[in-house]
Parts: sequence; C-alpha cells; structure tokens
Amino acid sequence: MSNFGLLMANLHRHPVRTYLTLLSVLVAFLLFGLLRTLAVWFGSGPAEGASVDRLVVAAKYSIVDMLPISQMNVIQGVDGVEAVTHQSWFGGNYQDARSFFPKFPVAPRSYFEMFPEFTIDPAELEAFERTRTGAVVPEGMLTEFGWSVGDKVPIEADIWPMADGNRIWEFDLVGTYTTDVEAQGGVFLFHYDFFEEARSFAKGTVGWYTVRIEDPDRAPEVANAIDSLFENSMNPTKTATEDEFGKSFAAQIGDLGLMATGILSAVFFTVLLLTANTMTQALRERIPELAVLKTLGFGNPRVGWLVLGESVLLCVAGGVMGIGLAALLAPAATAFLPQFGPSALAFTWQTAATGVGVAVVLGVVVGTVPAMSAGRLSIAEALRRS
Amino acid sequence: MSIIELNDVHKSFVKAREAVEVLMGIDLRVEAGDFVALMGPSGSGKTTLLNIIGGLDGATAGEVVVAERNLDQLSNRDLARWRAATIGFIFQFYNLLPVLNAQRNVELPLLLTKLSAKQRRRNAQTALSIVGLDDRAGHKPGELSGGQQQRVAIARAIVADPPILVCDEPTGDLDRENAEQILDLLQILNRDHGKTVMMVTHDPKAADHAKRILHLDKGKLVREMAA
Repeated sequence: MSNFGLLMANLHRHPVRTYLTLLSVLVAFLLFGLLRTLAVWFGSGPAEGASVDRLVVAAKYSIVDMLPISQMNVIQGVDGVEAVTHQSWFGGNYQDARSFFPKFPVAPRSYFEMFPEFTIDPAELEAFERTRTGAVVPEGMLTEFGWSVGDKVPIEADIWPMADGNRIWEFDLVGTYTTDVEAQGGVFLFHYDFFEEARSFAKGTVGWYTVRIEDPDRAPEVANAIDSLFENSMNPTKTATEDEFGKSFAAQIGDLGLMATGILSAVFFTVLLLTANTMTQALRERIPELAVLKTLGFGNPRVGWLVLGESVLLCVAGGVMGIGLAALLAPAATAFLPQFGPSALAFTWQTAATGVGVAVVLGVVVGTVPAMSAGRLSIAEALRRS
Repeated sequence: MSIIELNDVHKSFVKAREAVEVLMGIDLRVEAGDFVALMGPSGSGKTTLLNIIGGLDGATAGEVVVAERNLDQLSNRDLARWRAATIGFIFQFYNLLPVLNAQRNVELPLLLTKLSAKQRRRNAQTALSIVGLDDRAGHKPGELSGGQQQRVAIARAIVADPPILVCDEPTGDLDRENAEQILDLLQILNRDHGKTVMMVTHDPKAADHAKRILHLDKGKLVREMAA
C-alpha cells in the first residue's frame, strides 16, 4: 500500500457519496469545457471555411428579418464587389426534428461560383439549375439517410408553408456536392426559384447576401459602402465578414461570454459548497482515525496533506472526466453551427489545461480548511472523544 | 537502565474554566523488557499517564524521559517521528481503519519508513503471522471478530519493531477466551521479543499477566506490587 492507496481507500469509504460528488464536479467541468469552447470560438480569428474575401450582408437589426431581392443588383453595382449570391434559412424537418440539417434555398450557379470550396459535377449543377424542384446535398447525406440521386425528399416546413397551405415540400434530388470544410458539409441546397414561387408569404425576399470582393484589404470600405446605400431605406443592412457574421448571429442570443462566465461562476460556487460539505463531513466522521494515524507517527503536515490530497484528487478526477467529455462533445456540437455561420467549434488544449488548473484550485480551496483542521487535531482529545 | 522515567509529573486540564489536576507528582521507572500493568478506578489518570508516556499528550510539569529522549524537548515533528520508531499503540476498541484490510492496516506505520513496497508487504505478513492471522490478511476489520481485530492491532503495533508497547485496556472489549489469547500474545512479545509493555487495565486477571502492577488513584501512584 502507498499514500495514494490510502487516499483512494478513504475516498471509497462512502462510494455513493463520493461518486455523487464526483458527478457534480464532472458536470460542472463539462459545462466549463463546452462554454469555454464557445467563448474561444467567439474570440477566435477567421474560422475554417470563413473566407477573407467574402462579406455577408444581413438585415441590420435581426437576422430573422428578410431583405428584398431587389437589393442584390444594387449591391452588385458597389465599387469593389465582384459577385453576389443569396441564401435563406428554410428550417423544416425531414422525418423528425432529431434528424435536423440546415436547408437553404439558393441560386444554383451563383452559389457554387461564390463557394469554390463546394465542388459539384457540372452536369449535376446544370440539372440543379434546370429543375425547379431540384436539390443537391453533400455525399455523406445520401449515406446517412439512404437517399439516391433521383429520389424525392419530402421536407415538412415549420416556417414556410406553401401558398396552398400545404406544409410538405417535395424536392427532387438531382446531384451531390463535396467539400473539405467540415463545418460547411451538411447543408441541403434547393432551388430558390421554387421557394420563391411556392411560399405563402414574404415573396421577393432573401435571408442574406454573400458578396465576394475584389480586394480583401478593402473589406471595411466595401462593407460601409453597402450599408450606407440602404441606411435610410425600409431594409437597412449590416455587412460583415463571414466569420464576424457567424459570431454576431450567435451573439444575438446575448453576450454569450458574459453569460458563460455567469453560469460557470454559479455552477462552481455550488460545486464548491457541495464538495466542501462532503469533505467536512468526511473529516468529522474520521477524526478518531486521523488521531490513530497520528499515534502511529504520521505528523501534522502529513495528515493535513492526506486530507487535502483527497479533496484535490476528487476535484481533479471529476474535472478531467468532465473536460474529457467536453472534448468529445464539442466536435459533435459543431454540427449545429452551419445555421449560425461558417466557423467550427474546436476544443483546445488551452481549455483543457485551464480546466485542470481550475480543478486543482477548486480542490485546494475545498480541502484547505479540513486539512488544517486535521493537521491541528489533538490526538489525546480526539481519542477521548472516540 | 530505565526505558521509561517519569519525575514529578503533573497533568491538569481546564474544564468549565476550572483547572482539574489529573496527575499529581508521578515518579515512575520502568526497565527495558518489563511488563507493567497500570490499574486504578475510572478517572484515576491511567489513560492520561499512558498518553504522556506514549507522547500523545504533554505533561503540565515534570520530566518525561522515554527511550532516552526527554519528550518535553521534542518538537511536534520530532515527537511524531519518535512515536513511529519507539511506541506501538494498542487500544481497547482496536482503532483499525475500516476501509483497509488487515494487511494494509498493518502496513500503515511502514509508510513512514523508507522500505520498498515489497518489503513493507513482507514485514506486514510477518507481523500478521506472529499474531496468527496470516490467513486473514485480505479481510477488512468488519469481517473479523473482536479478538482477531485486536490481534491485527497488535500486528500493526509491532510491525515497525518499536521497543515499547503501550496498551490501553487491550482486553476491555473482549470475552475471556479472546482476552486470554491477547494477553498470552503480549506475554510472548514481552518475553520472547523483548518488548517493554505498559498496559492499562481494570481486570485483575489481565494484570496477573504483567511482571509489575501499579495502582493509581486520584492522580497518584499509591501502590506497587509484583505480579
């Protein structure tokens, strides 16, 4: 047996209590890992797939507001603009909400010209252009849902019912596309003309424009020029780089960084109280045993370290498991990001290291008072009480 | 030469803001290899005296020299080291750690030594075989009888080979048969292994196993007789 063995044995004294405490620490650090990952995403530079020569033009006050398609030609005429395309958020469900994937009505040719990172067979692009009910999907989506080119895919609308009241939109799969950019790989693209013709309201509008500019260095200037054109119109715009757009979309939920800090503070304070209570209770139960250790020759500091070690071990074990789980879950959460923008959530080693550091600090804070009490324990007094 | 030497030892506690004198001028000499039974009524100061000899508590006044060390002059750290090397403690209620099996309980004092894990394990097995419990090494205290637990406690007390065993009512929680086995074991440790044994007991039959019997009453040694 070693000192570590003694620590482990003590932690297993009340397994249910230990595992429940461990679980609470784990959940706290899982939240920490995921929220820190989100905060890192907010503070990061252009993410994977975000192009520096592309701008996104959206409604100034809310991404939910649509923009008139007539703005497209105006934007096209701005000095420094090379090409323009548009996209809209369709929502909707295939089979059920659990099999969610983003669906965008687009102008086929200008869309694929705007995003060269999406590769489509020219013949399939032509078929997509030609077929008003046509849709193209990433190759992986065929496998995932068991589709084949030529299939009809029904999508139940939640935002956009058809003009005749029907909520089931039926698309013809006419091709597939590929991309190396993981975060952008899951979008169901269908023909804007069909969307425009069949929807029941908001005709003549699009969700947002994507603009390719001639010179990335002129991005702020071009963005200002576009926004100033519509400043006093019914549909003012806000133009940003692709990366900023993705982040500002998510930021509409609120100041996520501040929210994350608030949530984490509350969670860690609760965990601190919970773990401190566990350790204090554990110490109280073991006063005679600690006195026995001292009679055997364990010095005051050593007994204190043993108690502190238990606290740190418990917090670090929970912390590492929580952080590890967050590292596993963060990439999965990326699948939900394309609706917000182009960036991918990436769990960093910095987040992991910070998490482990916080776990150690938590363990030390929780264990210091019990450790000092254990160290100061009078042997004769403790044995008398037992 | 005396292995335990107490000169005019006093001990007082403050209870309800009043000083209560528990030991009043104890003078005691115990030779190495002796087996001393300390008897007396409850509250006479037996356990306090034993705690002072074992370095668990300090005297209020007087001189305590055990195994050639003046305990009043030792720092807490040195006192802990001294206890680990010099004293083996045996308590009435065994005081084993319930989360550890017998083998690991016995190994505990060896964590303070520089012995390798293998050597620690081997020494603990030897100690358990001396007390006749090598076949119960993997059992936790809750799986052992009272007598077996006390024998594990004795194995833990002797595993680091201390010269002195301090026993506080070691048979107080045992039936007669188990008590006799424990007392026989203490006699063997005293006679064959040269351990000096200081034992507090209420039981005259237990005291009969000692070489000397001291009577303590109201904090004073009132009588001494050979067993």
